Amino acid sequence: MSTQIQESETETETEETSEHQTRRLAEKRERADMAERAETDLSGADETARIKVFRYDPEVEGKKDPRFDTFEIPFTKGMTVLDALIYARDHFDSSLTFRHSCRQAICGSDALFINGRQRLGCKTQMVDLEWPVQIEPLPHAEVVKDLVVDMEHFYDQMEAVEPYFQTNDLPDGELEEQKQTRENREKVKMSTRCIWCSACMSSCNIAAGDNKYLGPAAINKAYRFAMDHREGEDMKEHRINIIEQEHGVWRCQTQFSCTEVCPKDIPLTEHIQELKREAVKSNLKFW
Amino acid sequence: MTIHEHDVVVVGAGGAGLRAAIAADEEGADVAMVTKLHPVRSHTGAAEGGINAALRDGDDWELHAYDTMKGSDYLGDAPAIETLAQDAPEEVIQLEHWGMPFSREDDGRVSQRPFGGLSFPRTTYAGAETGHHLLHTMYEQVVKRGIKVYDEFYVSRLAVTDHDDPEDRACHGCIAYDIKSGEVVGFRARNGVVLATGGDGQVFDHTTNAVANTGDGPAMAYRAGVPVEDMEFVQFHPTTLPSTGVLISEGVRGEGGILYNSEGERFMFESGYANNAGELASRDVVSRAELTEVNEGRGFEDEYVYLDMRHLGDERIYDRLENIIHLAEDFEGVNPVEEPMPVKPGQHYHMGGIETNEHGETCVSGLYAAGECACASVHGSNRLGGNALPELIVFGARAGHHAAGRDLGEAEVPTGPSAESESEDSLDTPVNPGALDASDSDVAADGALVEPDELVERAVETERDRIETMLESDGTNHAEIREDLQQAMTENVNVFREKESLKEALEVIRECRERYQNVAVSDPSRTFNTDLIHTIETRNLIDIAETITLGALARDEFRGAHWRREHQERKDDEWLKHTMIAWNDGSPQLYYKPVVLEGENKEYEPKVRSY
Repeated sequence: MSTQIQESETETETEETSEHQTRRLAEKRERADMAERAETDLSGADETARIKVFRYDPEVEGKKDPRFDTFEIPFTKGMTVLDALIYARDHFDSSLTFRHSCRQAICGSDALFINGRQRLGCKTQMVDLEWPVQIEPLPHAEVVKDLVVDMEHFYDQMEAVEPYFQTNDLPDGELEEQKQTRENREKVKMSTRCIWCSACMSSCNIAAGDNKYLGPAAINKAYRFAMDHREGEDMKEHRINIIEQEHGVWRCQTQFSCTEVCPKDIPLTEHIQELKREAVKSNLKFW
Repeated sequence: MTIHEHDVVVVGAGGAGLRAAIAADEEGADVAMVTKLHPVRSHTGAAEGGINAALRDGDDWELHAYDTMKGSDYLGDAPAIETLAQDAPEEVIQLEHWGMPFSREDDGRVSQRPFGGLSFPRTTYAGAETGHHLLHTMYEQVVKRGIKVYDEFYVSRLAVTDHDDPEDRACHGCIAYDIKSGEVVGFRARNGVVLATGGDGQVFDHTTNAVANTGDGPAMAYRAGVPVEDMEFVQFHPTTLPSTGVLISEGVRGEGGILYNSEGERFMFESGYANNAGELASRDVVSRAELTEVNEGRGFEDEYVYLDMRHLGDERIYDRLENIIHLAEDFEGVNPVEEPMPVKPGQHYHMGGIETNEHGETCVSGLYAAGECACASVHGSNRLGGNALPELIVFGARAGHHAAGRDLGEAEVPTGPSAESESEDSLDTPVNPGALDASDSDVAADGALVEPDELVERAVETERDRIETMLESDGTNHAEIREDLQQAMTENVNVFREKESLKEALEVIRECRERYQNVAVSDPSRTFNTDLIHTIETRNLIDIAETITLGALARDEFRGAHWRREHQERKDDEWLKHTMIAWNDGSPQLYYKPVVLEGENKEYEPKVRSY
């Protein structure tokens, strides 16, 4: 069942995208309604948000045993989970540790497990969540300290798919560009939006059970190059060989959890499925 | 003691750092990147607009250079500007050859679009996320080449000799704190160190910059004797979200979005700030108008004005500005299809920085700088949209090539204290700027005698002692100091500047410096101690804030992004010169060096900057 190929024809990327966007916009509207309700609820309350944060430090007495700390945060309109964490750190406990940088969902540093789901702290509004908000490090990764997890395994998997453009036929002139059709650019567009936050990897049951599984992000990276016509057919075959290995695409059981948590709305599962089809096509050629 | 040895050590792994590392690798050098964030976390990724490069028929590098010089309000140096314009096309095509997913035209070539201040649509882009693709494409090349990356290593000191004259000094490496293990390690650079640490927006409390943009490179270089240049020139963007500083693109106003105050007035027109251009006036004009409204009691919550696009209709909004809906909802909790967006000006980009020539060299041998942390200078008093990304790749590449030994010829932009044409001895400051303790410099106390290896070892020891002291003592938490500093800068050194408030800022900065003497880190952990990192950064912010304020106080004219209440015109007779500040071993020295307006084929004549 798990490795079954979808019967239907490949949908075009544009359709996938717009479908995805429609879904996302619908979700947004739903959230806006929720937010409005939450705000109405809040207006009478004392507007103190409570967050429960996972704490652990391997070398500090009193923190060696994992525990949760609760912080009371004065709520302000527009407050994100990251804002709440920063407030707690700067006003209550400067040792509270988490990665963050850009605050606008492009650096991919602050993927966290928030109320039981992988989300970016910076793009999650407090008002959209049930309080108290429980904040934990990403599951299925080793905790370094508090909310910081070891990313090495994720980076290793990314690097395993040769995550760089390769081609054998560059134009001769130094100032001459390779041509690419708009359609082909559109084809790879969503896949190029990955910010390496590892939310997908953390949500994936297969990755949790198989440490060698490349995982959704790395396979998506392979997709990004395999589908880019500028690389050429030889290179595509090479890339299919990489993702077809024992711990590659065939491990995916299409549970869609990666797609659900991706903060950049990349249709990860669909990309994996498409590569499975490409792999089958490529193998058929030898018959 | 751990000392890593490489030919070239690049500090920072955003656009400029990655390009420098690749360039040094191309030249055959053994390169290492040392960065406090993993490369893909760098703030280059947040750039949206595009890369200016003269690629097409009808355009040429001289037009790009002219536009840039005009945009700089004649404070950019012609050799640097012309280098930018000449090298940009090749660098952009290089990115294309590395697979960067540029937007495409019908004929399959890369797309270009018009941008403010450009005489030709030469802004090459990849959707609305050009920076993201630039960053990832170059990091891919770093992976491909197997360039060694020490990520989550925080460089906190340079290893520079202590000769009296900074121009006699040499940089032999740098010292970093391994964030994961807590170890202080040395990096010995046989050929050179390239600083590519990016922006310093955290000097202000409201900025589009990342939390990591703390000016570490400029602060370290400054304390090691390299002058900083034109620090008073800071670009503020008029439409940022109040709670986070997230940027709302100019596209909203371009499509017809309007700004209004709490009295419902469309103030850009009704109050006469810009009778013709209205909301589409230049960034500095709109920023000042917004703040005037708020200061005069016509803002909302005494903080912001409204940017409204509801009248554009759902269809047009979803079609062209969908991204804005997500930004406003995710980061401000506002649905802009149903309600107006609160906006206010925020710090966006720093034109000033570490003084370099067009090869990226500073006056200290073996020390280079490129990208936003550097000042070559190409942006002068005002940066044009689309000119930050070509700066990263052009000067990143040049610094990397030069550090690895490629001969780039004689540089024309002079550097170091010997370029001084005029000293500033009459600046009236309420407090003495600079160090409280004369030993507070980043040069090794070596009497200019020890061998490079030993210099690095000694610097490791000095840094280890400093860190141990901060970890073990009790004292003030840095966060309070940082917050007061940021607030004082936003209050007094923002888009409005006047003598008295600038002086007030200098007093607050001095107080911050005094309080910092007792700073201590309360987290005792050696594992991922971000409390410690932020504490070290705060000291850098203090030094940078001081240079911005000193420069702003000295420059009594209105040029580009620098506005002075008492001085409302550009004074070319007096001010066609760069403001330079040298640390001078703890007693900052202000001086000037002339702008170079002499280009390859022509002399640039200052004209009124009107569009």
